[in-house]
Amino acid sequence: MATFLEMRDITKEFPGVKALDRVSMTVEQGEIHAICGENGAGKSTLMKVLSGVYPFGSYSGEILYKGGPAAFRDIRASERAGIAIIHQELALVPELSITENLFLGNEVARRGVIDWVAAKARARALMARVGLDEDPGTAIGTIGVGKQQLVEIAKALNKNVELLILDEPTAALNEEDSAHLLDLMRDLRGRGITCIMISHKLNEIRAIADAITILRDGQSVETLRVDAGLDEDRIIRGMVGRSLGSRYPERHPAVGDVFFEVRDWTVRHPQIPDRLVCKGSNFFVRRGEIVGFAGLMGSGRTELARSLFGRSYGLFVRGSILKDGRELRLRRVADAILEGIAYVTEDRKTLGLNLLDDIKTTIVSADLDRVSRHSVIDPNREFSVAESFHRLLNIKTRTVDEGVSKLSGGNQQKVVLAKWLYTEPDLLILDEPTRGIDVGAKYEIYGIINKLAESGKGVVVISSELPEVLGISDRIYAICEGAITGALDRAEASQEKLMKLMTLTGAGGRPADKPGQQSGSVR
Amino acid sequence: MKQLKDIFVGDLRRFGMLFTLVALVAFFHVRTGGYVLTPANVMNLLNGNSYILVLAIGMVLVIIAGHIDLSVGSVAAFAGIVMALAIRDWGFPPWAGVLLCLAVGAAIGAWQGFWVAYAGIPGFVVTLAGMMLFRGANQLVGHSNTIPVPDAIQFLGGGYLPEVGPDTGYNNLTLALGLTAILWLVVGSLRARQAARRAGGEVRPLWMVAARLALLGGVVAYSTYLFATGRPGTSFPIPGLILFSLVILYSFVSGRTIVGRHVYAVGGNRQAAELSGVDTRGVTFLVMMNMSVLAATAGLMFVGRSTASGPFDGFNWELDAISAVFIGGAAVSGGVGTVIGSIIGGFVMAVLNNGLQLLGVGADMTQVIKGLVLLIAVAFDVLNKTQGRPSILGLLLRDRRGGGQAPAAASAASPAAPAGGPGKDGTDAAKRS
Repeated sequence: MATFLEMRDITKEFPGVKALDRVSMTVEQGEIHAICGENGAGKSTLMKVLSGVYPFGSYSGEILYKGGPAAFRDIRASERAGIAIIHQELALVPELSITENLFLGNEVARRGVIDWVAAKARARALMARVGLDEDPGTAIGTIGVGKQQLVEIAKALNKNVELLILDEPTAALNEEDSAHLLDLMRDLRGRGITCIMISHKLNEIRAIADAITILRDGQSVETLRVDAGLDEDRIIRGMVGRSLGSRYPERHPAVGDVFFEVRDWTVRHPQIPDRLVCKGSNFFVRRGEIVGFAGLMGSGRTELARSLFGRSYGLFVRGSILKDGRELRLRRVADAILEGIAYVTEDRKTLGLNLLDDIKTTIVSADLDRVSRHSVIDPNREFSVAESFHRLLNIKTRTVDEGVSKLSGGNQQKVVLAKWLYTEPDLLILDEPTRGIDVGAKYEIYGIINKLAESGKGVVVISSELPEVLGISDRIYAICEGAITGALDRAEASQEKLMKLMTLTGAGGRPADKPGQQSGSVR
Repeated sequence: MKQLKDIFVGDLRRFGMLFTLVALVAFFHVRTGGYVLTPANVMNLLNGNSYILVLAIGMVLVIIAGHIDLSVGSVAAFAGIVMALAIRDWGFPPWAGVLLCLAVGAAIGAWQGFWVAYAGIPGFVVTLAGMMLFRGANQLVGHSNTIPVPDAIQFLGGGYLPEVGPDTGYNNLTLALGLTAILWLVVGSLRARQAARRAGGEVRPLWMVAARLALLGGVVAYSTYLFATGRPGTSFPIPGLILFSLVILYSFVSGRTIVGRHVYAVGGNRQAAELSGVDTRGVTFLVMMNMSVLAATAGLMFVGRSTASGPFDGFNWELDAISAVFIGGAAVSGGVGTVIGSIIGGFVMAVLNNGLQLLGVGADMTQVIKGLVLLIAVAFDVLNKTQGRPSILGLLLRDRRGGGQAPAAASAASPAAPAGGPGKDGTDAAKRS
C-alpha cells in the first residue's frame, strides 16, 4: 500500500527567517503520529503548510497525500481532501449553540433555509461519536474547554475527515478531559482516521502515539517508532539536541519564617450570585519557600490568586491577608503591587501581554515609577532595565526593541516574568508558569523560580501538571471546588495522594489548613 | 546600503509621513504654478485647519484608548456659544469667557467620561448621544442665532504674531520662533544622543543625526521664511501657535509620561493593563474628558476665526478629525497611533483639499478623492499588517537588493488612486514609529 502522507523537503521562509528547512516526514494510514519539538521548532508552521493555511506555492517541497501530489490553495481545499486541523485557539463562536457551531459554514439546510430538526438530530449523532453529553442547544461559551474541543472534533468528523491534525489538544485540559480526549483519539484510530498531534506532553505521546517525528530549529531530526523501549529522556534528547540531566533543576531550600498568610478567604462569583469561587481558604507562605497549588481546571485556583491580587476577580466577601503580621488592604491591583505581590497569569496572550508592545515597554509596564522622574519616563533607564533582564533571563532576541508578538511562547513567558521580577515582589504568584512552552525553556524558568526562592522571596506556583508541582514545590496545597482540601510536604506528597485531594468534592468551607493537620503550623 | 536602510526604515521611519506630505505639497505647488507655497496660502492652510488638528490630537488619544468620540463638533459648538453669550450678555471679560469655554468642555468631558469609563457604555453610543444633545443645547441656548465675539477672541482664532523690534523686513517674532524651533531640534537631538550613549543603548552615527537635522531644520527654516514674509500685518498665525504648543505638549505626554504609556496600555490590552496595576477606568475617563476640553478649544478657535458663534458650527468636524487620525496610522482596535502621525494625516487631507481647490477641481470630486485616500491609507495598513510585512520603504529597499516577493502589495495598492499613492506609505511609517 502506498504511503498515506508524505511531506518531502518542505521549506518555508518568512522575511528574514527560515521557519522550515527541508523538513520531511511520512505518516501511515490509521496511525497517531506525534510531532514534538521546542517552541519555534516549526511544528505549527509545518501543519499550516499541510492544511493549506500557507497555500501551495508559498513554500517549496512536495506533499504526497493518498498516493498523489497535493497542492492545497487554501483551507477549504484541504478540507475537501479530508484534512481537518484543530488549532490550539479553538475556532468556535461562544454565543452560538453546539448545533450551530457544529454546522457553521456547512449548515444543514435546503435552499438556504436551515432544517433545525435534522440539524439537531445530526448534532446528537455526532456528539455521541465523541462522547459529549450535553444538550445540543447549549451555548458553546457555557461549556468547558474540554467539551469545546470535543465539539471541534465532532465538527471535523462531520466533514468526513480522514486526517485529523490537533495542535496541542490537551494543553488547556485537565487530567480527566485529557484522558477522555486520548481515549477518543484511540477510538478514531480504530475507525481508520489518521491523526497528527502536536504536543509537549511526553507522557501522553508515549501513551498514545505510534510514531514521533521530532523537529528542531526548523529541521526534521528523526522519526521514532513508539514501543516499550522508548523513554521520555530519549525524546527530550532529540528535541533539545542534548541530554537534560534532570527535568527539574537541583534545589537546596532554605526556608524561613511564615511571612504571608491568608485567612478565611471567601469570594463570590462576579456574575452568578450565591456562587462562591473561594470558600474560606486558609494558607501561608514562608520566606524562601516554593508553595505549589495543585488543582484541576475550574477548581478555583486562578480565582483564588486573582482575588488576592488586588481583587482583580470576583466579589470580595470576607477574609484577611497578612504580610509580616500586618493586615493588608488590597482593593486594587496597584495596592497589591505596592505591597510586594506579583501575579503572573496563566493566560499570557489575553491577560499577560499587550501584544502590540515591544519587549522593553512590557518589562517596565508594571512599575513605571521606577523608570520615571516626575512621571516622565526616561527611555534610557527603560532600555537599560530591559537590557539587564534580557541578559539575566536569557531572553532570545536580538534587541529589546523587538515586539513581544514575535517571540516564542517560552521567551514571551520570560518577558512576563521579567516584568514582574522588576516590581521586586516579596511574594510571586505564578499561574501555570510553563504552559505551552518547551522543555528547554521550562527548565530555565524552574531555575529562575529557584533563584527567587533562594533570595528569600516566597513563590506560589499554581499548576495542573502534577509532576511539575511535585518537582519544584517545597509544600503543596490541593484545591478543589474553591476550597483548599489539604496540604502536603514535598517528602510525603505523591501524584496519587494529590489527585485524591484534588478530587475531594463537597469539602466547601472546611478550613483545611488547621494547625497540626500538616507539617508546618500557623503561628 | 545597510546604513541607508537604517535611516529610512529606522530613525527616519517616523518621518516617512512627512515625506508624503512634502511630495503632495511639491506636486500641487508645481501644478498650480507655484501658488501653494506662498505666504498667503500657507497662512490660510494653517488658519483654516488648526481647529480640526486640535481635535485630531484629542481624537488620537481616544482612539488609542480603544474608543471614539463623535460629539466633538457639537461640544465645540456648545462651548463656543456659551462663551460668546457669557461675554456679550453676562458681562464676562474675554479671558473669563475663555476659561468658561474650557470649563464647559471639561464638564461635558466629565459627563461623557463617566458614562464611558464608569458605567461601561460604549463611547460610540455615549458620544452619538452627546452629538445630538450638545447640538440641540447649542441651538437652545443661542436660540439658533449667531452671536458675535470681541476682538480678543478673534485674535485667538485668526490673529497673527505682532510686529515688534527693529524693522528687518521680516516679522521678528516669527523669525525668533523659527530660530528657537531649530535650536531646540539641534540641542534636543544631541542631548538624546548623549543620554543614549551614557545608558549604553544604540548610538546612531553623527552623520545620520546631522542628515536628519539638516532635513528637518530646512523645512522649519523655509516655513519660517514663508511666514515671516507675508503681506504687512500677517505673520505666523496665533491658531498655529496654539496648535503647535498643543502638539508638543501632547506628543510629550503621550510618548514620554506614565499617563501616556497607560493610554497605550489600556488600548492595547485592557485586561493586561488592569492586571499590571493600571487604573483603566481612570485613564478612559481622563482621555474622554481631555477630548472635550480640546473640542472646546477648537470651538474657541473657530469662533474667533469666524468672528461669531453660530448654530451650525462644528458640523461634521468629528469626521475630519477621525479621518486625520486613521490616515495618521492609528488602528481602529486601539493601542496604535501617534499625535504627530495624526497631525500629519490631518495636513495631508488639508493640502489635498487646498491643492485640489486651487486646481479648480470641484467639491464633489474632492470628496471622492479624499474618501479614496482615507480608504486606501487604512487598507494599506491593514493588508500590510496581516501579511506581517515591514514598512513600504523597507520593502522597496529590500526589493532593490533583489529579495522577496514583497512588492505585490505595493503595486496592487498604488495604481488605484494617484493622489492616494503618497498617502499610504507614510501612514504605515508613522504607525510603526
